[in-house]
Amino acid sequence: MSLAAMTIEEIQRGLAAKEITAVALVKAVFERIKEVEPQVQGYITLCEKEALTQAEAIDKKIEMSVPLGKLAGVPIALKDNICTDGIKTTCGSKMLADFVPPYDATVVKRLKDADAIIIGKVNMDEFAMGSSTENSAFKATKNPWDLSRVPGGSSGGSAAVVAADMSVLALGSDTGGSIRQPAAFCGVVGLKPTYGLISRFGLIAFASSLDQIGPLTKTVYDSAVALEVLQGKDPMDSTSKAPQEINYVEGIKDGVKGMKIGVPREFFQKGLDPEIAASIQKSIEAYRSLGAIVEETTLPITEEGLSAYYIISSAEASSNLARFDGLRYGYRPEDFEKVEELMEKSRTDAFGEEVKRRIMLGTYALSSGYYDAYYNRAQRLRRKIREEFKTIFEKYDLILSPTTPALPFLCGEKSDNPLEMYLEDIYTININLAELPALAMPCGFSSTGLPIGLQIIGPHFSEGKILKAAYALEKDLNIVGKRPQWKEEA
Amino acid sequence: MSWETIIGIEIHAELMTNSKIFCSCPTDFGAAPNHHTCPICMGLPGTLPVLNEEVVKLAIKAGLALNCEINLLNKMDRKNYFYPDLPKAYQISQYDLPICKDGHVDIEVDGEKKRIRINRIHIEEDAGKLVHLEEEPYSLIDYNRVGVPLVEIVSEADLRSPQEAVAYVKALRAILQYAGISDCRMEQGSLRCDANISIRKIGQKEFNSKVEIKNMNSFKELLKAMEKEEKRQRELYQFGEGFKVVQETRRWDSAKGRTIPMRSKEDAHDYRYFPDPDLIPIVLKEELVTALGRQLPELPAAKSIRFTDAYGLTEKEAEILVGDKALGEYYEGVVGLGAAPKAVSNWMLGDLLKLLKEAEQESDDIPIKQQDFKQLLCLIDEGKISGKIGKEVFTEMFKEGKSPDEIIKEKGLEQISGTDVIEKIVVELIEKNPQSVADYKGGKPQAVGYLMGQVMKATKGQANPQLAKELLEKKLNAI
Repeated sequence: MSLAAMTIEEIQRGLAAKEITAVALVKAVFERIKEVEPQVQGYITLCEKEALTQAEAIDKKIEMSVPLGKLAGVPIALKDNICTDGIKTTCGSKMLADFVPPYDATVVKRLKDADAIIIGKVNMDEFAMGSSTENSAFKATKNPWDLSRVPGGSSGGSAAVVAADMSVLALGSDTGGSIRQPAAFCGVVGLKPTYGLISRFGLIAFASSLDQIGPLTKTVYDSAVALEVLQGKDPMDSTSKAPQEINYVEGIKDGVKGMKIGVPREFFQKGLDPEIAASIQKSIEAYRSLGAIVEETTLPITEEGLSAYYIISSAEASSNLARFDGLRYGYRPEDFEKVEELMEKSRTDAFGEEVKRRIMLGTYALSSGYYDAYYNRAQRLRRKIREEFKTIFEKYDLILSPTTPALPFLCGEKSDNPLEMYLEDIYTININLAELPALAMPCGFSSTGLPIGLQIIGPHFSEGKILKAAYALEKDLNIVGKRPQWKEEA
Repeated sequence: MSWETIIGIEIHAELMTNSKIFCSCPTDFGAAPNHHTCPICMGLPGTLPVLNEEVVKLAIKAGLALNCEINLLNKMDRKNYFYPDLPKAYQISQYDLPICKDGHVDIEVDGEKKRIRINRIHIEEDAGKLVHLEEEPYSLIDYNRVGVPLVEIVSEADLRSPQEAVAYVKALRAILQYAGISDCRMEQGSLRCDANISIRKIGQKEFNSKVEIKNMNSFKELLKAMEKEEKRQRELYQFGEGFKVVQETRRWDSAKGRTIPMRSKEDAHDYRYFPDPDLIPIVLKEELVTALGRQLPELPAAKSIRFTDAYGLTEKEAEILVGDKALGEYYEGVVGLGAAPKAVSNWMLGDLLKLLKEAEQESDDIPIKQQDFKQLLCLIDEGKISGKIGKEVFTEMFKEGKSPDEIIKEKGLEQISGTDVIEKIVVELIEKNPQSVADYKGGKPQAVGYLMGQVMKATKGQANPQLAKELLEKKLNAI
């Protein structure tokens, strides 16, 4: 097995036993990148030199028996909306094509403190708006399981590079499903934590009240380790919250015996791919055999969430993205007469279609005379959704559902149909509206060999329980280690 | 037909915090352009605001000092508009839940007391400053002021003349200065004032279109601008052109001495206010409000009463001294050293204010040490110098910052109280002025006055007048 295919758990063990070195690991990852990146197109920026220097420093630490961080030597890819001091951070947009932040996001500081090694910055839908990573201004990332298909989005680069062994760990951001949907499409584990558990400081905002950073990993165990490093109250982010658990790895093998799991029937109605339904059914059976109590239940407002989501997220985005006016940083047109023209041209030239569509939608929703009918109504609906989840969690420990209604679609298939693209988020967006944690993990494969994703949702700050349940299923299904098969000619 | 003027005032006052409202940049005025900025106040992508607690405390104090109700639950909202001085393209402010509401301030104009209601006080961040260069085709932006905390204080439309409006702003300024909320320097922009003016027929219930005027940098200009706008509107109504008074914003051009249209109602922004999702709601405890109330110092109204009661000042005198916080503090400082309260007031309201005005100096920058002030009054009291010489010495003290003793010694201004010296002069003068002596002897006591003048002239005003008079009369009577 190539070193590049290792998990965090294996790296921790290997480094401790001095069976591997950080330098060898980083070299293996870059070799793998040279091999498959031309087909996958996952990275926007690579930091090979810096990564090797960092790896050497870690090997030195090991040699001198200096205590190591939890993610020592672990190669990590960052979604390109997470600010890195001195490293270009583009948000997948022409607007920020040359933007180099003068500061590190809080998560980046935490990763560096934990001795992780930054490999590079990965592709995404522009400003995290999209479900296929085709909205990137630079390139379209491909699904490693089938290069004719999309990796999902907006964290498509994060999911694809982990699936293709071009990184051991990646960070994504999830506003309406942007970690979980690509995790499902690429057969990796993606965790969207409770809103506030991980600091947003340094995450270029799409929709501030919904955005949440989270890890994409090869295993559930790795997700637990990453969360321990990433989480925590941050004085730089007023909306961040102190965690209720510090250690997720310790109890991860506790099992699901006696756990009550609800399965809302609304997630299994029209539009769900039968192969996905069958795969989820198999997982339900697996849970029952492991001693969990799994029951059908109901969550009536599943579909209404979609409109509330698009109004709230677009309203916030219209304000968050207003600062990109060409004056201080970012894209600036060559010819302009007055400052108004400079602003107008900058935004016209440098924002893509989908970003403009959402800015228009959000501006409209906040306009005087429409505010009550749209924004306020959406907020009321959001509270209702939150209440509904609260009620269901009085009865169940966790909720189980598919992550997406369909298997990874073909590149270009939905590019011209934004409404159909928005439906990709139908199972994931309500979780963001309710600020809940949810994990997406592979639970099987279609007849065509494409990964199928399962979603485990829990009440606020129940990441520990979610990880336990996910770990138990992952072990039972025994699908870890199954990686995309690369054809010889590729 | 009779008309009345309706004025409402919006005040922006910079709060006296050490750091900005959402980051740790300093707030001092006068730094090199863009030196007081960081990724947060520059609104760089990914940065987040964190509310400075000191801002909340000062805003509560402002509310309490202005008799407001404090909203224990309030929140920050985004006010969205594009402008080069606004790096996030939205200003973080408060919209439908301001921190304070429903207060009032009492004012007095021409002996008439009046209560002016305050609608609300809210917290917000300041914007940057555009710098227009004389000969260059572009503008520069200085973002030092971005994120400096402000309170906006909005009055009801209770003011009925420009004079009342100025009295209101002065009263407010004194209160904010006393409570340590803002230094309120209009010329530095830490107190900014917009006036909404409309005119209506007396007896008319509804308001006519109001015009907002901006950019007045001193009380004098504020008054001038409002009077000018009042006149403009009045004339239009009087001569049947009232339809030309439209809702708009006009900028005061102090050089031209008139208001100039800035933007009309049609150009008004739709600010698309919504709660800032980066900040959590502000939830205040009653105890905090109570504790802050206890921290409030004596405010101008109470101080004015104390000045009249304790120091025997007239209401007018007390009002002038109290209306300017620094002046009032200086006054109490000198009185506290043991100087006579009435004398100190007379000197301050007369000579000192005149000197400050001539030198264009602020009252918080009085060059005379309080101890020296008191010393001067003692010297006059003890007869070491005359009151007239005292004035000369006072001016010198103001200009040179020296003590009265130093000045008197340097200039040889000390009163001549030696009996021998004065007696010698008196004898000489009596010999030189037989006519005056004859007049005196002939029953014209006013002849002494002429001789006294001669004594003072001979001593360059330094003779102790009382002693001189005594000696003169003694010698005359002895003849």
